[in-house]
Amino acid sequence: MIASLRTPRGLATALLLVLLAVLPLLTQAFDQRYLLSIGTRIVIWAIAAVSLNMILGYGGLVSFGHAVFFGVGGYAVGILSYHDVSSGWIQWPVGIVVAALWATVVGALSLRTRGLYFIMITLAFAQLVYYIAVGLEAYGADDGLNIGRSRFGGLIDLRDKASFYWLCFVLLCGTLWFCGRFANARFGLVIRGAKSNDLRMTALGFPVFRYRLAAFALSGAFGGLAGVLLANEGAYISPAMMSWVKSGDLIVIVVLGGMGTLFGPLYGTVAFFVLEESLNPLLDLLHKGWGEYWQVVFGPLLVLVALYARGGIASLFGTPDRENGHG
Amino acid sequence: MAEPLLATDRLVKRYGGLLATDNVSIEVLPGEIHALIGPNGAGKTTLVGQLTGNVSPDAGTIRFAGRDVTRLPTHARVRLGLARSFQITAVLREFTALDNVALAVQAHAGHSFRFLADARRDETLRGPARRGLADVGLAARADTPAAALSHGEQRQLEIAMALAGDPRLLLLDEPMAGMGAEESQHMVAFLRSLKGSRAMLLIEHDMDAVFQLADRITVLVYGRVIASGTPAEIRTNAAVRQAYLGEGAV
Repeated sequence: MIASLRTPRGLATALLLVLLAVLPLLTQAFDQRYLLSIGTRIVIWAIAAVSLNMILGYGGLVSFGHAVFFGVGGYAVGILSYHDVSSGWIQWPVGIVVAALWATVVGALSLRTRGLYFIMITLAFAQLVYYIAVGLEAYGADDGLNIGRSRFGGLIDLRDKASFYWLCFVLLCGTLWFCGRFANARFGLVIRGAKSNDLRMTALGFPVFRYRLAAFALSGAFGGLAGVLLANEGAYISPAMMSWVKSGDLIVIVVLGGMGTLFGPLYGTVAFFVLEESLNPLLDLLHKGWGEYWQVVFGPLLVLVALYARGGIASLFGTPDRENGHG
Repeated sequence: MAEPLLATDRLVKRYGGLLATDNVSIEVLPGEIHALIGPNGAGKTTLVGQLTGNVSPDAGTIRFAGRDVTRLPTHARVRLGLARSFQITAVLREFTALDNVALAVQAHAGHSFRFLADARRDETLRGPARRGLADVGLAARADTPAAALSHGEQRQLEIAMALAGDPRLLLLDEPMAGMGAEESQHMVAFLRSLKGSRAMLLIEHDMDAVFQLADRITVLVYGRVIASGTPAEIRTNAAVRQAYLGEGAV
């Protein structure tokens, strides 16, 4: 999966993965529990970013409602848990399948449109679910709901922060593995070809709509997985997890990291969280209360990436490696 | 007379008050090169769009390979053996020449819901793709990104992509557009080498090429067929000379 340790890109990626793999040991050694919770959120968000990249990066479909899958996956866990179905063996597949089904519904309608209309429709569908969640009085409405974590018998205890982190990390690795295979498999090439020129792909005989819809469902499934994990991370669900701001953050992460590259979304997620967590106290140091406005610094940074590093962070580590799906 | 491979019957397409296709009935026989010519604005592009399925006609029918395909979507027509090249070069610019043709091969190799195996190492796709590239003389350019190919090479690549599925009818939308004299002659020679093995509907402005290649020619003016016949008949047809060739093209 990692192209080569000899290329700067391969080396940087390997270092990052090793660092993430041993993070719980580090945070324990330095007694920084808070950092592990940030690390967990980074890993979960990276799964969502990788899943968005499947359609945004490889497919060229700017879906502006991807955080809805955080919500769908999260609420599947939360609602089942509320009704005393605490088994993860039931909760997790339900969360993933419902997310995939919802993605299919959204895709079936939105994929008939293009450009700005596509963006608006995906956003509208996400807002629809958001307001449904806000209206669910039984499940906490606006305030959300505290839930019990999923149970997997004696196999793993999700209340243990390190165990849960490692589970998320393994799932991230699995998601990356799948994405790396998918990008160079027949299916991925159809999706990427359609991004390049969908008219040409249709004229070659590909029913492009069908493949894009399948990619949408696939992307939704992995997004749902991220939502399932996010609900378990905080033992809490609320409509805020799928606000349109989160959808925007996910797009920013993918663009920042490098669209259509395998590890770009991971770089982007790490950069996004590290900047958020460091700019905040840094600005507060300068002047009490400024930390809240960290995006005033983050915004111009994004502009710089857009202007000078079009391929995102991934492009800073040398030329794309096509063989490995960095198309 | 052989059953026509492609036949339109009184095809009509209106854009507002403009009759872009006015009761057009044309036939392409198996194995023949049928040229469609006409001055700018004659409705050639609209007609091509209806044949490929990008534009839906207001009236009339299109039959292909013995089936009514009038309402069939583009990709399904391609599956039946109706391949096309584009007037404005349409290759997948970010992909290599070989990837382009391999994708064309893949389009005819069953469904593409395969998520894990590396398609770029799949000899059932790469092998035929390499042969297809060699056929159009691009073997040496296999690993070059399509965007880096010269205009003439991109046109050749388009033909290789159209041929990948072994189509029964090749719809060539101005294959010589933007080509120099030498490149054009190359293309004419190549198309002639394909003659007989598959039918072609050739839309072309280059009259030399048309008269060299075509078995039959249909002339379209203001959306209507004003003449159809052998190159010799078209050359001497008074209406054609007045409407079209009078412009000094021949």
